[in-house]
Amino acid sequence: MRFEFTEEQRMVRDMVRRLADEELKPRAAEMDKKGEIFPEIYQQLAELGLFGVYVPEEYGGAGMDVVSYATVVEELSRGCASTGILVSAHTSLVVDPILHYGTEEQKQKFLMPLAKGEKIAAHAMTEPGAGTDVVSIATTAKRDGDHYILNGTKHFITNGKEASIYLVFAMTDKEKRHKGMSAFIVEKDAPGFSIGKLEHKLGIRASSTAELIFENCRIPAENLLGEEGQGFYIAMHCYDGGRIGVAAQAVGIAQAAYEEAVEFAKTRVQFGQPIANFQAIQFKLADMATMIEAARLLYLKAAWLKQEGKPYYQLSAMAKLFASDVAMRVTREAIQVHGGYGFTEEYPVERHYRDAKITEIYEGTSEAQRLTIARNLLKG
Amino acid sequence: MKVVVFCKSVPDTETRVRLKDNRLDKSEIKYILNPYDEFAVEEAVRMKEAGKVDEVVAVSMGPERAREALRSALAIGADRAILIKDDALDGSDTYVTAKVLVKALEKDGVEYGMLLFGQQAIDGDTWHVPGQVAEMLGLPQAGSIIKLEVDPDAGKAVANRLVEGGEEVHEMALPCVVTCRKGLNEPRYPSLPNIMKAKRKPVQDYSLADLGLSPEEVGRAGSFTEVLSYSLPPKKEAGRKVEGEPEEVVQELVKFLKDEIKVL
Amino acid sequence: MSVWVIADQRKGTLRKPALETLSEGRRLADQLGTSMEAVIAGHNVEGLCNEIASYGAEKVYLIDHEILANYNPPAYARAVGDLIKDKQPQIVLMGGTMTGRDLMPRIAARVGAGLAPDCIKLEIVDGKLKAIRPAIAGKVRVEIGYKSDIQMAILRPNVFERLEPDTSKTANIEKVPFEPSDLDTKQRLVEFVSKETGRPELTEAEIIVSGGRGMKAPENFALVEELADLLGAAVGASRAAVDAGWRPQSDQVGQTGKTVSPNLYIAVGISGAIQHLAGMSSSKFIVAINKDPDAPIFNVADFGVVGDLFKVVPLLTEEIKKIKAQEG
Repeated sequence: MRFEFTEEQRMVRDMVRRLADEELKPRAAEMDKKGEIFPEIYQQLAELGLFGVYVPEEYGGAGMDVVSYATVVEELSRGCASTGILVSAHTSLVVDPILHYGTEEQKQKFLMPLAKGEKIAAHAMTEPGAGTDVVSIATTAKRDGDHYILNGTKHFITNGKEASIYLVFAMTDKEKRHKGMSAFIVEKDAPGFSIGKLEHKLGIRASSTAELIFENCRIPAENLLGEEGQGFYIAMHCYDGGRIGVAAQAVGIAQAAYEEAVEFAKTRVQFGQPIANFQAIQFKLADMATMIEAARLLYLKAAWLKQEGKPYYQLSAMAKLFASDVAMRVTREAIQVHGGYGFTEEYPVERHYRDAKITEIYEGTSEAQRLTIARNLLKG
Repeated sequence: MKVVVFCKSVPDTETRVRLKDNRLDKSEIKYILNPYDEFAVEEAVRMKEAGKVDEVVAVSMGPERAREALRSALAIGADRAILIKDDALDGSDTYVTAKVLVKALEKDGVEYGMLLFGQQAIDGDTWHVPGQVAEMLGLPQAGSIIKLEVDPDAGKAVANRLVEGGEEVHEMALPCVVTCRKGLNEPRYPSLPNIMKAKRKPVQDYSLADLGLSPEEVGRAGSFTEVLSYSLPPKKEAGRKVEGEPEEVVQELVKFLKDEIKVL
Repeated sequence: MSVWVIADQRKGTLRKPALETLSEGRRLADQLGTSMEAVIAGHNVEGLCNEIASYGAEKVYLIDHEILANYNPPAYARAVGDLIKDKQPQIVLMGGTMTGRDLMPRIAARVGAGLAPDCIKLEIVDGKLKAIRPAIAGKVRVEIGYKSDIQMAILRPNVFERLEPDTSKTANIEKVPFEPSDLDTKQRLVEFVSKETGRPELTEAEIIVSGGRGMKAPENFALVEELADLLGAAVGASRAAVDAGWRPQSDQVGQTGKTVSPNLYIAVGISGAIQHLAGMSSSKFIVAINKDPDAPIFNVADFGVVGDLFKVVPLLTEEIKKIKAQEG
């Protein structure tokens, strides 16, 4: 067993850490306020190859591994949680399934520009009536000659505003329940497709969360990903991997808050000494650091299993469950260390606290993770 | 034209410095490519991208960890690298370092049009090696440049040195030596595809014997200077910190300036 | 046996660090019981020799040639280096101007001598030079010893005390011939682009007023400039202010900028990142004005004002104006 990054993994981590410190951190508060990730950030991420970390080079990716990818998401999230989820949702929820289930033509046409970051992707499953219970989605797809016709409304779609390629889930046969779900690649200019309202959120405010409307939306039949009826399995594949990304994002948020807390504790003087001298503060910092390290090891192990082609869904569920909880606890304690300052916008910890909450919800709530984990360990 | 960029592996500025027996305790230090060398690598790679240079060679002298600094240079865009590594080199002063670098250039046989250095390394901060190499090779040199224009066909370079009160513009015949500093360019972040490519680029290792040097000529034995000891700088006593109405604190500050340190 | 100082001149004026270096050279020579001699290279600079003598040089080697009119590294190194090889002084010093830092390594390589950079203190121990300098962003101090016969050192400007010149002295000049070589013509200073501000050079200033991120906008530097001009000070800036494009790169104090050691450093709206401290912590006195009571700059400040710089600085300027008016 070797707990060590390879040279490339370390170089990637160091580069993204620096990028986060120099480019993201100074802008994160402003992007949070304005509710957008600035275009120059997209461009920079694309130029650096961060939209296709583990996509093979022949498809326009960097040809690295899943561990590098997860590390990228952590380090980006440490600078700006919205930027972290931008890359994570793009990669885990669209790029990965096209890489896995796509035809050669689909890879050339869609994977290539996505891996290069020329286009942004969004994953569209959730509907007003279907959250965790994905099988109850109401969006339908009907075959019409060489096309499918999509009808329905998706909401809470991450990257919804910026994306130009969407992976949309719809029922091709409602009767067959989960075996009647299919996945489609929809381009932004497809007739009958439009973007609805944007959500105002508690956290990750720079990341767009949009409603997508499909009104007799016509897409070519060759945009079906995998086979008809395979949609549910593709979705599960997405979330198994996506949890690694969300876990890494949660660790990044926690790490950022923890670093703020340490810095504040060392410089804030009360009763004539830095508050870091007080055991009450020291214990908080020690607990924070320990939790973060444990959460990081979990997501790294899940990423490693995925890279090795071994079963990883149990680990990715555990990683997400634990890391999101750690993010909540650490950001809460980081504010506590800051006292009243932590409650103001002057200090970034209030943003970290707001950003952390979503990690317990999207790509499977903590409750859903526990169910997954429990079912796995009780079966057979 | 080919150019050579010299790269040093140095402790990160954020690193906490610990001393053990009056020597630096290097066990917990994180090492990076010297930030000034990044300006040099970036400039060389830009010259290549502009079609003025066809090969960028990165050279480092140091222990095994210097390979990482070279890898960083390759990820920015250098084409190949040379690592001069030998236990006997430990403790070499700048004169010896320059001598060894010159030997490595000879050994490699690269027909360079320019040698690029960082103005200084952030650990030693000597600024010595470039000038020493330039003198040993009998080359013109422009130190601390913030602008560089190279014309390989005409065999000359024009460089602006940032000096007190302005800029000295030097015209030099090629080959020449330049040292790079902030203001010359903005070093890029190495992209993931380039990090992967760097892995496949060649790194040539040279030992002392490869360069035809003996252990007595290098390291502490061959050096003209030696570090007698390291010490932590005297801790400054914490000063006064005043808070309150601006009018009052300014009165106190003026008193300090006038009566205590007598600058008014 | 003697202590030599390479007297740095530009456009016919001796640089301030050269005067500090001559003073230190005199001190070391007295300690060793030997003579202090100086070298000056340039063109039409004979007139500076008496000033050099006034700082205690018993002899001035004058290398005067039109090729040396402007700084030319290969030519200067050959001219001065070969003279050193010929005369074999025990110690050779030069001030750490941008010329000194550039030239001394070349000379040391030519002569084959040990060189210590950026020295803040020089001592004679058992008849040999010991040089003390900061390293690793000021986090450690290094003591350097020599194994070469000729011992060379570059002195950090503004650190060594300048003696009162004795203007009654006239120089004992020895003219040294200079034969041009091919190498000299491979380099030429074609232009000096002056960026003179009318204020002292940062590395040589007695007082520096620096502004940082807290200045909020480039136009607010007028506050810093007004205070600086009142004090005859140089204007500096933190990396944040330079990176934001508020101030030119040449104003930057700190690790990627300049290292300064003024008598008084006033940090306005500068938090005091380690990279900034590395460039100014050897200042004799430090005053910090910052609204954040926890800013690390206060850890090195002799006098810290916790407050709004936009209120404090104008008031301070007013008060100093009043005092100056009284002194009239």
